[in-house]
Amino acid sequence: MTNLLKNRELLLIVIIGLMVIGFATRAQGFASPGNLANIFNDTSILIILALGQMTVILTKSIDLSVAANLSFTGMAVAMTNAAFPDVPLALLIVMAVGIGAFLGAINGFLVWALQIPPIVVTLGTLTIYRGMAFVLSGGGWVNAHQMTAPFLNIPRTQLLGLPVLSWIAITIVLGAWFVLTRLPFGRSAYASGGNPTAAVYAGIDIGWTRFIAFMLSGALAGLCGYLWVSRYAVAYVDIAVGFELDTVAACVIGGISIAGGIGSVAGAVLGALFLGVIKNALPVIGISPFAQMAISGIVIVLAVVFNARAERKAGRIILRDRAAPEVSA
Amino acid sequence: MSDAANSKRVIPDRLGTRTSRLLSSWEVLLLGVAVAIFVFNSFASPYFLNAWNLSDATFNFTEKAMIAFAMALLVIAGEIDLSVAAIIALASTAMGAAAQAGIGTPGLVAIGLGVGLTCGAFNGFLVSVLRLPSIVVTIGTMSLFRGVSYIVLGDKAYGNYPDSFAYFGQGYVFWVFSFEFVLFILLAIVFAILLHATNFGRQIYVIGNNEFAARFSGISVERVKFTLFLLTGLMAGIASICLTSRLGSTRPSIAQGWELEIVTMVVLGGVSILGGSGTIPGVVIAAFVMGLVTFGLGLLNVPGIVMSIFVGLLLITTIAIPIVARRIKEMSR
Repeated sequence: MTNLLKNRELLLIVIIGLMVIGFATRAQGFASPGNLANIFNDTSILIILALGQMTVILTKSIDLSVAANLSFTGMAVAMTNAAFPDVPLALLIVMAVGIGAFLGAINGFLVWALQIPPIVVTLGTLTIYRGMAFVLSGGGWVNAHQMTAPFLNIPRTQLLGLPVLSWIAITIVLGAWFVLTRLPFGRSAYASGGNPTAAVYAGIDIGWTRFIAFMLSGALAGLCGYLWVSRYAVAYVDIAVGFELDTVAACVIGGISIAGGIGSVAGAVLGALFLGVIKNALPVIGISPFAQMAISGIVIVLAVVFNARAERKAGRIILRDRAAPEVSA
Repeated sequence: MSDAANSKRVIPDRLGTRTSRLLSSWEVLLLGVAVAIFVFNSFASPYFLNAWNLSDATFNFTEKAMIAFAMALLVIAGEIDLSVAAIIALASTAMGAAAQAGIGTPGLVAIGLGVGLTCGAFNGFLVSVLRLPSIVVTIGTMSLFRGVSYIVLGDKAYGNYPDSFAYFGQGYVFWVFSFEFVLFILLAIVFAILLHATNFGRQIYVIGNNEFAARFSGISVERVKFTLFLLTGLMAGIASICLTSRLGSTRPSIAQGWELEIVTMVVLGGVSILGGSGTIPGVVIAAFVMGLVTFGLGLLNVPGIVMSIFVGLLLITTIAIPIVARRIKEMSR
């Protein structure tokens, strides 16, 4: 069992590799380094969000408000940039991360202090944050010509062969790896998801850990708000609708247990890349982009089935571990 | 403060002693809120107090409430189904495709119900046979079901339903009482009896309060859960028939985001999101409250997305209130 879990990353690498080779037979140049770098760049935002989502899921919670957070923050940053072109980009990015972290902290506070189930909190804040994006913008759009050149160009600037957007994703992957495996917070996150009762006895403040996890997820969503608006050069209320499901899908595919406590940074990244490769391949092999939603759905269900098989503990069913069903509460 | 103190296993014996009192007071409170909103709306808008306008207002919630009844049973049993709105979309797409092929109204109804049941059975199979957490499974099937609609329809739409099909969403049984409203009342009675006056209803509460105890007392937990998912799928099928008939067309984005409003309705009705408690009368009143709020805001020209802020706030505050109240009680003890 543990071997299977340990090999999840290897398995994903093999599957992604096979997929790329398979698509390359249908479309010349799909496997070329340039195209692969493109796919990675295209998936950067999903990777960043999946890492935030993963941190939250590790603590036995879930954050469905990431896409709405992204939409609100992106709108706020874009409107600030359009209204005050003189504000330096660094300040705007700090603002994006700050707003995102604040919205994440609201989720975290409700989960921590009021102990409302995370799924309910974030379903609620999902509509609230997107509604706020509408109130903020009045339903209007911020278009490319209203944004300043550095605002649009910096994530696209090539640096050592890759766009800055990709480098940001790589930095955050390394950062997440460091935080989750080398810092006390990471240990607490795994512990409070893996066995909350034991974590309490070990002196870990579960509520605080969840609060920090939600805040981190929010901060990353805020950063992605800027990255998204800059990458697609437009901000409107409905950007990234439903993207929260993709982040959950990436985590589930990557072997992160929805019951908490299990998962690796590499898994989340590979899960996101898996979706990224499919998304980029569909138009290439002539399948309607409308099929993507159904494919994500099938992949989520299959991944959950697969994860459950891997995690199932031996023993009589009547005394089955309660960890999994409790998440559904 | 620890998780152990907040787990499902501990809550029931605390709630058990005053469940009836607590819930009855919740429903009375809710009824008060409904009346207050009603009175406020009648003063806020001159168009509110009109039998036909009020009848129109019921369409805001009847379809959602039908699903909310079944969802309430699921939530009481400790599960959840986020794919209901996607089932509506898939059933509507199937009916639309059948209507293009010239199938008559009885056939369309059968297809709508059949698709609902099939989707419900699929969810039920994944949750009760494969024992997967319902929250993730139904997030997956949510994008699967709606995804199939998108594959079939893309950016197109189905129309041209037979004339007799319009009755389900646009017909009136007598005077201002629409078919949907009468169906809503009938279903409310059926579900109230099912939950509050049958063995099956007792089993749902037992499972939600303590699944272990339920197993040890001989309840077939898996069968009950499967039945509940089937029932939820069926209700989504019925809602899909009503909605499709009312709109007269099908797009893959039909009923987008309804799962949230339905869960909100259930929770607002006093059903504990942790499972184990809640009543159908509560859900019925909650349906009226939400219908009145959205209708009132609509009369005041508040845009839909701003209304969704209210729905989100309503969801969080209604869950937070009992939790905060319990905390205060515990502190004063």
